[in-house]
Amino acid sequence: MLAPAATDSPIAVDRLVKLYKTVTAVDGISFSLEAGSCVALLGGNGAGKTTTISTIMGLVEPTSGTVTVLGAAMPRQRHRVLHRMNFESPYVNMPMRLTVRQNMNVFGMLYGCEDVAHRIRVLADELDLHDFLDRQTGKLSSGQKTRVALAKSLINEPEILLLDEPTASLDPDTADWVRGRLERYRRERGATVLLASHNMGEVERLCDRVIMLKTGRIEDDDTPARLIARYGRSNLEEVFLDIARGTGEAREPAR
Amino acid sequence: MSVQSPAHVAFSPRRVGAMVLRHWYLLSSSWPRVLDLIYWPAVQMLMWGFLQQYVSQHSGFFAQAAGTFIGAVMLWDILFRGQLGFSISFLEEMYARNLGNLMMSPLRPAEFVVALMIQSVIRLAIGMVPVSLLAIAFFGFNLWGMGLALAVFFMNLLLTSWAIGILVAGILLRHGLGAENMAWSFMFLLLPVTCGYYPVEVLPAWLQIFAWMLPPTYVFEGMRALLIQQVFRADLMLQAFALNALLFAGGVAGFLLFLKSARREGTLLQGGD
Repeated sequence: MLAPAATDSPIAVDRLVKLYKTVTAVDGISFSLEAGSCVALLGGNGAGKTTTISTIMGLVEPTSGTVTVLGAAMPRQRHRVLHRMNFESPYVNMPMRLTVRQNMNVFGMLYGCEDVAHRIRVLADELDLHDFLDRQTGKLSSGQKTRVALAKSLINEPEILLLDEPTASLDPDTADWVRGRLERYRRERGATVLLASHNMGEVERLCDRVIMLKTGRIEDDDTPARLIARYGRSNLEEVFLDIARGTGEAREPAR
Repeated sequence: MSVQSPAHVAFSPRRVGAMVLRHWYLLSSSWPRVLDLIYWPAVQMLMWGFLQQYVSQHSGFFAQAAGTFIGAVMLWDILFRGQLGFSISFLEEMYARNLGNLMMSPLRPAEFVVALMIQSVIRLAIGMVPVSLLAIAFFGFNLWGMGLALAVFFMNLLLTSWAIGILVAGILLRHGLGAENMAWSFMFLLLPVTCGYYPVEVLPAWLQIFAWMLPPTYVFEGMRALLIQQVFRADLMLQAFALNALLFAGGVAGFLLFLKSARREGTLLQGGD
């Protein structure tokens, strides 16, 4: 059922365990991602999604096991690869008093963009930021802030994009627009995307693989269509509820 | 892709510049922040200046030692404001919930620390230059008249303030905003022992041992020697530099240990209390 960790994968997680004192946040999970794939990490609150993503980003040190990103062991060798990846998360904001352009300028420099002004223009075109480029980030609407956060996460044209709830608190129209932009970026750049989300429709639309976590372990791992078929359900949300509540079982094991 | 190669160089002045620019944008868009840098040092200097003026009219010693209070308060402010400038710049990232963005970016800890050091000097300059001019206007006390000695005092005090600032940043990384008060109060632990306003011999003998372990004590003694006896004590400054080297190394080691601990405990994304 579980894909073995492969070291030539953009992201390879091998027997990852993370303990916070006596609490086991992640309990020996292994998976690897194919280059250019979009994979969802799903699970209820406390399932271990954020800890797993934080470990992949090098922000959390594993208790045991290994995490390899673009060939670099995380967190020890993170500085070899951080300029090739980026992320968006509800746990962080961009400085609110700075204008969007100022924030983009700072992050462009941090990520080593050669021509930051050009990159900002390109992103402003792609993500429709022109109207508020020179407004303070804190004075934008939620939808505008999300677009700015997305622009920041694409400033370095990352090969790996880690997204934690990228459309949380957005209206359906804006959320749909963001998903469209993510699909386009992945298609054009060939980027590998790891996504944590509670929006099952979003996962079905964006992802070609789903890893289901429960209490720090991988409960299932398959394509959205096969998961739905194997659990005999009509959509991914019902599969999610089956796994989260322990009320359903797959009719056949994952291939 | 338009990313410079190699973007993973061990130390990038451009990334340091990005962080300095980030804080410059912040200061230049917020006049209350700038005002805050000036008003308290100005109030302190004026209060101690008038006190010195009053005391010197009634004491031959203080008449002779003109400027020791104002000098002390200004040097103390260099020490305190230097650390505060460092720590507040760090705290601004926590208030803005931006620390995760920075920790996930190619910015290295050493670059972050150097950017905070530069920021502390900028904040110090914004606060202290106007106050030093006020001291000339009100009391005829010219801090700049100390010349080379002022540069040596300044460097020593700044090194101490950075060492403590780095350590406090480490504590904040590990313990989040719950440890915020450390940024404001840590330096006051040193206030009575570093003898800014009185000579070291005033302290009990056992406390003098601790006092001489702290670099600022040497600076304040050096300042009194300069203002009262018109002697520049190079020996004191060299000892202060040696102690500062140890203190700075200790601050960096503490920061790295707290950073490692924060990675282990998963507090880098949280930043709360």
